[in-house]
Amino acid sequence: MFKLEPRAAPSKVLTLASPLIALLVTVVVGVALFVALGKDPVAGLRMFFVEPLKSGYALSELSIKAVPLVLIGLGLAVCYRANIWNIGAEGQFVMGAVFAGGVAMQATPQSSPLILVAVLGAGMLGGMLWAAIVAVLRDRANASEILVSLMLVYVAEMVLSYLVYGPWKDPAGYNFPQTITFLEATRLPKLIPGFRLNIGVAVALVAVVGFAIFLFRTFAGFQLQVGGLAPAAARYAGFSSRRALWTALLLSGGMAGLAGAMDVAGPQGQLTPYVPVGYGFAAIIVAFVGRLNPIGIVFSAVLMSMFFIGGELAQSRLGLPKALTGVFQGLLLFALLACDTFIHQRLRWVSTP
Amino acid sequence: MTEAATGLSAETLALLVAATLNAGTVVGLAALGLLINERSGVLNLGAEGMMLVAAIAGFATGVHTGSDWAGFAAGAGAGAGMALLFGLLVIFLNTNQYATGLALSLFGTGLSAFAGISYTQQRLPERPHFDIPVLADLPFVGPALFKHHPLVYITIALALGLTWFLMKSRAGLVLRAVGESPESAHALGYRVRLIRLGAVMAGGALCGLAGAYISLVYTPLWVEGMVAGKGWIALALTTFATWRPARVLLGAYLFGGVTMLQFQLQGQGVQIPSQWLTMLPYLATIVVLVLISRNPTWIRINMPASLGKPFHPGS
Repeated sequence: MFKLEPRAAPSKVLTLASPLIALLVTVVVGVALFVALGKDPVAGLRMFFVEPLKSGYALSELSIKAVPLVLIGLGLAVCYRANIWNIGAEGQFVMGAVFAGGVAMQATPQSSPLILVAVLGAGMLGGMLWAAIVAVLRDRANASEILVSLMLVYVAEMVLSYLVYGPWKDPAGYNFPQTITFLEATRLPKLIPGFRLNIGVAVALVAVVGFAIFLFRTFAGFQLQVGGLAPAAARYAGFSSRRALWTALLLSGGMAGLAGAMDVAGPQGQLTPYVPVGYGFAAIIVAFVGRLNPIGIVFSAVLMSMFFIGGELAQSRLGLPKALTGVFQGLLLFALLACDTFIHQRLRWVSTP
Repeated sequence: MTEAATGLSAETLALLVAATLNAGTVVGLAALGLLINERSGVLNLGAEGMMLVAAIAGFATGVHTGSDWAGFAAGAGAGAGMALLFGLLVIFLNTNQYATGLALSLFGTGLSAFAGISYTQQRLPERPHFDIPVLADLPFVGPALFKHHPLVYITIALALGLTWFLMKSRAGLVLRAVGESPESAHALGYRVRLIRLGAVMAGGALCGLAGAYISLVYTPLWVEGMVAGKGWIALALTTFATWRPARVLLGAYLFGGVTMLQFQLQGQGVQIPSQWLTMLPYLATIVVLVLISRNPTWIRINMPASLGKPFHPGS
């Protein structure tokens, strides 16, 4: 029979190849799904892998979705490397959007362009506050960060819903649940006229470099990862596990909050109940598929936003449900986890004794 | 006291009790399933996904066959099937239990939304009533306790049966041994991985029943994402109950009470925005989790010792 046995050293080839194999598995299942639904699989795959890259306009749209995924994914990568399971980035994203929206609504036509800094800062603060609740309950009361962070997603969505249906509703908005449209001064500058592409791309790239330096070139980043890989060793070395907990959660909360702020100050332009679209959950997959590595996360975020756009195109052009996106994202993570098994282990035939 | 003074008539109170049992059954069933999982040492964060897939499987089967029982069977089967996928990865390929469970939840959310797209407008056949003869006609206790779906009573029986199974039966002892010390159980000749797979699938089947209960009895409708975090709340419940079936049930009814309180308050015209009330069950879960987790020794004593850790049989 086949037996899994540990490898002497993790396979370097598979570490990089595993996400590609996982993508291949997802594509094969996708083709089977298209055939089962009676759709042309080539047309289906085109929606996901060709159309989102076809033109400058398509690439600009791709960036709108990839930027929040990169930002959130970076923060989550730090968390997961430290073995802290923050799965509530969606809630931190929403709170970031709420705080940013709260500041943006205060703007007047006389406001200086610097108010944008305040908007984004408020968003980061909102996300950090939401993650700080998780940190404090884990730190002080030992409550599972997995469950608390997830519960807070629902709470954040309700806070947003309360505000846009209640005190923050636009009085001139025909009773729709939405705030006023934010003034131009509070919006992210666009890079090219006619495209939605904005300076968020530059922010995301700076963040990638920043996180790479933090993780691989600073002592704090090193301490954090030792704590995740070998808690006993970290304790022995005197690395504070409490500091690691707070650093990881505040960083990831802040990044998710920033992503939320940039979404409302960018493409959204106002708060509505539809701010949460699942970036926070998709970013979990982005982080894993990107090997918890800042550069890898860029690639996986682009891939994941192709899934988002592909789903929308499959709906409008092929009459397939948009929910395909979620199916493919889940499949990709499953396939990746299965493939990753073989990085540290190998399959060997052993004759039964 | 007059009715005006209390603001709550006997009838409303009876309905409140009934609604509490109803809501508690959903999370209770799922949490009992997760308890079986966790007693064998496996933590499945995919409860939410399993319940969603089971909810649509149960609903679709109910719509097409007209039979609720076929719907429940489909739900349980869907839950067990999802759990099998999870179990194979976690138990035989030694994947990370947290990440794999999370993947199951994300995948289940997507799959259920995808599969359910044409069912959002569909309706089930006339909902049956289950009145226990004679008892249902009693004043107050009748409407409160004896007009429920059979699964409400089955869940109570299951909790009691599970207590007996875990504490008094040999098979239950083996299950606990696998969860506490898989190495010892393995040394004694038990097939640890198969036992774990069995426990994971049993847990999935119960989560599936809970999911089908939501779409067939509790709501009865299909709405995307309708499980609304109940799978995660069920996960919190097993910790709250320190892995004891009777306490799981107690916690489930407590949760049911909080859920129903919000509807009651809304019905009474209390001037609180509905969003604050909708938050209540989630906030209550956090509060309960904090209270129970504050004593780490208490948790450590009660938690299955190998929970979340992979087991490699003798290499």
